[in-house]
Amino acid sequence: MYRYDQFDHQLTAERVAQFSDQVRRRLSGELAEDEFRILRLQNGVYMQIHAYMMRIAVPYGMVSAKQMRMLASIARKYDRGYGHFSTRQNIQFNWLKLQDVPAILADLASVEMHANQTSGNCIRNITSDEFAGVAHDEIIDPRPYAEILRQWSTFHPEFGYLPRKFKFSITGATQDRAAISINDIGLEAVKNAQGEIGFRVLVGGGLGRTPIIGSEIAAFVPWQHIITYAESIVRVFNEYGRRDNLYKARIKILVKAIGIDEFRRQVEEEWKFSKDGPSTITQAELDRVAACFTAPAYESLPQEDAAVAQQHNNKAFSNWLKRNVKPHKVAGYAAVVLSLKNSGIAPGDATAEQMDAAAELADKFSFGELRITHMQNLVLADVKRSDLFALWEEAKAQGLATPNIGLLTDVICCPGGDFCTLANARSITLAKAIDERFDNIDYLHDIGEIDLNISGCVNACGHHHVGHIGILGVDKSGEEWYQVSIGGSKGSPANIGKIIGRSFSFAQIPEVIARLLQVYVRERKTDERFIDTLRRSGIDPFVEYVYATPVVEDEKLLLPDYDLIKQGTPYDTPYYSPRF
Amino acid sequence: MLIKNNVLVTDEWTVLRLKEGEAADRVVVPAGKVIVPFPVWNCQHEALQGRRELGVWLASFERAEDLQDDINRFPVIAVDFHKFSDGRGYTLAYRLRTQLGFRGELRAMGDILRDQLFYLKRVGFDTFAVRADKDIQDALQGLSDFSLSYQASTDNALPLYRRVERGAAR
Repeated sequence: MYRYDQFDHQLTAERVAQFSDQVRRRLSGELAEDEFRILRLQNGVYMQIHAYMMRIAVPYGMVSAKQMRMLASIARKYDRGYGHFSTRQNIQFNWLKLQDVPAILADLASVEMHANQTSGNCIRNITSDEFAGVAHDEIIDPRPYAEILRQWSTFHPEFGYLPRKFKFSITGATQDRAAISINDIGLEAVKNAQGEIGFRVLVGGGLGRTPIIGSEIAAFVPWQHIITYAESIVRVFNEYGRRDNLYKARIKILVKAIGIDEFRRQVEEEWKFSKDGPSTITQAELDRVAACFTAPAYESLPQEDAAVAQQHNNKAFSNWLKRNVKPHKVAGYAAVVLSLKNSGIAPGDATAEQMDAAAELADKFSFGELRITHMQNLVLADVKRSDLFALWEEAKAQGLATPNIGLLTDVICCPGGDFCTLANARSITLAKAIDERFDNIDYLHDIGEIDLNISGCVNACGHHHVGHIGILGVDKSGEEWYQVSIGGSKGSPANIGKIIGRSFSFAQIPEVIARLLQVYVRERKTDERFIDTLRRSGIDPFVEYVYATPVVEDEKLLLPDYDLIKQGTPYDTPYYSPRF
Repeated sequence: MLIKNNVLVTDEWTVLRLKEGEAADRVVVPAGKVIVPFPVWNCQHEALQGRRELGVWLASFERAEDLQDDINRFPVIAVDFHKFSDGRGYTLAYRLRTQLGFRGELRAMGDILRDQLFYLKRVGFDTFAVRADKDIQDALQGLSDFSLSYQASTDNALPLYRRVERGAAR
């Protein structure tokens, strides 16, 4: 993975000093909250319901065992012993004090990490394919380009105060695992007829109040020009993006308003000034960065391993192999997904012990590196197939081997009403209720691949629009209700789900999901996934069945103490004043 | 007081702002060194043509290209930040300097605070009229938050890897 040179270290240290001083001036009252707010956001610090939350950048999801141990240490030292991995491949700590943030940033800097631009109206952490470099369907490893883009966007002086946040995602594989169509700029590394590398560029995708799939602005931008091209896009956005309405400020609204052809014309016009100029990427710089992403010392191994084959009668292990072990481009190796979706735990949460254990597994089995996925799980990308059984046993002991990757309980979920000031409804608690209702591994495996996404409000942090089943928390006269949509998809091809009808109460949702699954089981043909059946049959049979008879509320979910936030759990209500 | 080229100096210019009811085509531009709003320059172009000591200021929504033909006749161009969080002024400055070749004083005024000065300087501003209620001496420190930068901008036409040998000591 990328290693800092002296300049990266120096810049990171200067950032720590800058923000530490800003925190000091806030605490002394020299800086007013409305002046400080934007500064803290650009350092990933939010003021939530109970405490300060901090989002730490994990560029394109790559993290070393040493860095993971530092995250565990931060969880213990400054938080309540756990952290939350997010859909942008970052990690968030929920229970911080502002006074501790400078020390946390210094700890992070010591392991080449930071929290730069993880929030605010600037260019955010760039996401990528969690199987980059090892995927069997990869054409180009996107990570060197992601790192070059990270450096270009870090403290970009012109783009610190954009109309709204700006997200990049980059992939280099045939299957889009990076959800590039729902980013402000989506980059797909491709080769042209001459075998040269470049990018297909999408612009103006995004979810939120107005979900839009990105439009193609360029079919092929040679890699040398990707910085000047991206800079031209962001410059046009900075000038013409709307600043009068927070909900209409993303680039997708601008592109929609003037049309992709006019937007492209403006970008091309702008690009004339910088194309072929000094910001054109040099081969030497690409080589320097790419040298950090070379393949580890793989052994030559047979594709199938005898030790794995011997375990074929072990049903629990087989289930895990089927769901959590992914193909690898090198014979005898596999990529392993460590599930952070366990019963009763908020999706994406990991304790400090689990982080340490994951780091240990990475050192032992996967060249000391891990990745964080946008599905909020962890990946060990380079595991020998002959080690799979031993790895499984160790991961299982740490609660990291739930065999549910891609299944109904591998839910994407935002923090929701339990934590977030924006939410209309609870998300984590709903995920828990769904998990309890479908607590049958055979049934889950029979249902197979399905993306369930839950967002607590229209900001769509749980990406509900692109879930095969998407659930959105809505507010009706101060009460929490949930709108259900089906048929969304995050990639290959991406599309936005359709709302099935009037919304439901918290206690009705598990039954609504059960009915949707019943229709799938009734209608499916051999080997069809939920989304395939839905695409073939259309949404009508699903809608008719869900609304055919009244949906009875699950009484257990109506009990006043049915909640995740209980005394004695790590989610226990704290009392740090969020003010300071 | 102003920050100009990293030191405190006395402001020799007066900024003309239209009061309610004043029209750009009729307002009287006082004598002396005056920075006029762009609409005033636009409407009174001919009458003001002869005045060498005249500056112009742009609001964040106005266009740098509209000054294209006259750009280096102004000893000073100012950009007004009505809110520090409105980042259009950064692109305005970048365009004035790198695309339109403005060489005179480029002044940031309005809601100008210490913590934005470093970026403002990088995109091409050399003069800062810090918001009146703030300590300008304190603000001066904001200019040196960082000693290097990854990407090119007005202050440095080259990205870091073209300026230094990268990847050396860790």
